[in-house]
Amino acid sequence: MLQLAWLIPVLPLIGFLIIGLANKKLPKAVVGFVGCGSILGSFAIVLTLLTEVLNGTIQSETLTYFNWISAGSLDIKLSFLIDPLSVTMMTIITGVGFLIHLYSAGYMSHDEGFARYFAYLNLFVFSMLILVMGSNFLVLFAGWEGVGLCSYLLIGFWFKNNDYNNAAKKAFIMNRIGDLGFLLGMLLIIVTFGSLEYSAVFEQAQTIFKPGVAQPVLIAITLLLFLGATGKSAQIPLYTWLPDAMAGPTPVSALIHAATMVTAGIYMIVRSNVLFSLAPFTLEVIEIIGLTTALFAATIGLVQNDIKKVLAYSTVSQLGYMFFALGMGAYSTAIFHVATHAFFKALLFLGAGSVIHAMSGEQDIRSMGGLWKKLPITFATFIIGTVAIAGIPPFAGFFSKDEILAHAYEHSPILWALGVLGALMTTFYMFRLVFLTFFGSFRGTEHQKSHLHESPLIMTIPLMVLAVLSIIGGFVGVPEVLGGHNFLKSFLSPIIAPINQHTGHALSHSTELMLMGISVGAVLLVIIIAAIVYISKKAVPSPEGSDLSAPHKVLYNKYYIDEIYRTLVVKPLYWLGDIFYKVFEIRIIDNFVNAWGKGVDRGSAGLRFLQNGSISFYMFAMVIGIILILFFNTIIKL
Amino acid sequence: MQVLSNTVNNYLVLASILFAIGVMGVLVRRNIIIIFMSIELMLNAINLLLVAFSVFHNDASGQVFVFFIMAVAAAEVTVGLAILVMIYRNTGSVDINSLNKLKW
Repeated sequence: MLQLAWLIPVLPLIGFLIIGLANKKLPKAVVGFVGCGSILGSFAIVLTLLTEVLNGTIQSETLTYFNWISAGSLDIKLSFLIDPLSVTMMTIITGVGFLIHLYSAGYMSHDEGFARYFAYLNLFVFSMLILVMGSNFLVLFAGWEGVGLCSYLLIGFWFKNNDYNNAAKKAFIMNRIGDLGFLLGMLLIIVTFGSLEYSAVFEQAQTIFKPGVAQPVLIAITLLLFLGATGKSAQIPLYTWLPDAMAGPTPVSALIHAATMVTAGIYMIVRSNVLFSLAPFTLEVIEIIGLTTALFAATIGLVQNDIKKVLAYSTVSQLGYMFFALGMGAYSTAIFHVATHAFFKALLFLGAGSVIHAMSGEQDIRSMGGLWKKLPITFATFIIGTVAIAGIPPFAGFFSKDEILAHAYEHSPILWALGVLGALMTTFYMFRLVFLTFFGSFRGTEHQKSHLHESPLIMTIPLMVLAVLSIIGGFVGVPEVLGGHNFLKSFLSPIIAPINQHTGHALSHSTELMLMGISVGAVLLVIIIAAIVYISKKAVPSPEGSDLSAPHKVLYNKYYIDEIYRTLVVKPLYWLGDIFYKVFEIRIIDNFVNAWGKGVDRGSAGLRFLQNGSISFYMFAMVIGIILILFFNTIIKL
Repeated sequence: MQVLSNTVNNYLVLASILFAIGVMGVLVRRNIIIIFMSIELMLNAINLLLVAFSVFHNDASGQVFVFFIMAVAAAEVTVGLAILVMIYRNTGSVDINSLNKLKW
């Protein structure tokens, strides 16, 4: 099937072109069919590729299509790389992507921008596939920018709302900051290695640089690449765009801001793990930032009242866990968590979408409650997603999170304890969300109550499929201690740098079992606490504007990070822009340009009287002119 | 040669006088028909020069050229007079100063 690999990104592109060009001329049924069908087609090809990679027919194939950029000794080709890592990512993107497309066909059915929505969504899948399939950094970067654009377009999908537009701009601008780092990193790679092709760069890196020796160039490259990753994958300090990105339609949050795009940074670091492994300093930075983000975002998530905001901070926190794993050199573990997270977080977002759909657009969990009777399928699947993210065996999240925690314990028990603390907070805010939304009594308006309904089948089927995946998804990486052999790890091992291979589980099986027991026990305890607070005591978060205790207030306002950024960065920039506007623009540039205009105006005001309409005058002028020409001609000849 | 060059001088003087009369006619008169005739006069002054030099240099091409000019002038007169008729029909006058609308 390798000769069909080019079709994988091209099918969504064709879908985008058909829907985008025809837009409102196509009936919605056709739009939905083309939009979902193109992704399903790609998914089918990806599956055949996956089987071929699984049975070893394909190990690592580079498919070159044409020369993209040739300049001097630099030769950049448009080529795809098919190997275990890219196939894993492609499976997640097209598989989860298809389910979300299907769901969208139901969720967006009443929206007048239906066709535009599907066009953007197909374009996004195209860009994301380009990102993971590229065999060099430039193709990756092209996809990287493409997904950023689609993210911008979809966050601002309801462009009549100015807040949504601002959220879209915020996302785009914060991503640009990261992209600058990525771009500089790429340029530094060209300067150092003379190529952008993964195979060439990694091979050279392993021969030029020796592990254990400080390499300033490599540290610079990896730090710059990581800056790009913090932008795209919403890590401190560039994470604030992700919670705002919830302005987009909910399936978009599921696809772009939970399952796929935000994991691009993790994919990129895993892809260049050779470089990162040779720069231990960068890995330490990643580890610290990842863990900090995980804890930081989790604490904010504890007190949010918007159903999507809770999930958004949860996503930031889970992404932090992935970077935490990357920082410890556990690359395959990070990808494992990417996969399981894609399943359960997409499920949770789609479930939240189903709730919002039923609540006629209400997103505040203080106005919900008791929904499980009216939305049985949504409730059941949402519970599965919640249990999966909390990490209760045998659900998907347990295996991936446990693997991360085991690696953390290997490094230091303190890291492990912090990791468990984050997991407990995750459990708490997720069950708080579930209990407030689905249990207790309904707190919304009568109008909303009469409107409550389970979503149509086209929306619940993706929920059920994702729920099944959230249950069984973890079995691709069952650790040895539980009788598995961590299939995913051995599957991905060819793309992991050799110097990293030895970091197997140094923990004894009994320690590992004990760690699992402690974390699972603690999680169960937290669930019980949450149940007591939100079910038995029927606690409901206080309404807007009421007095909160100081720490609660700080958390509720997200540590005032947005305000701090506004004071430290945005306002000085506005101020600078104001100076440039008032001094350079108005005083200098405007005056200069206007002076030319005024000069011409004044001059012509005098000259125009020459054109007085009298033909006799014109003829007189002509004769005088001819005489003058002849006169000067004679003088020159003399 | 001396005789011939004297004769050419006479032709040159005559042609210059005719041309100058044409120029003055164009500049001074306001009747479009007269202006038109003055332009023709200038044209014919040039024709006269061409013929005179043709004989002086013993080269027939000058005279051939004159025939072409006359043919073109005939066509030009037709168009010019047609425009003139239209001007008269539209403005009711043949005064050149009635055509002074196209200005700043």
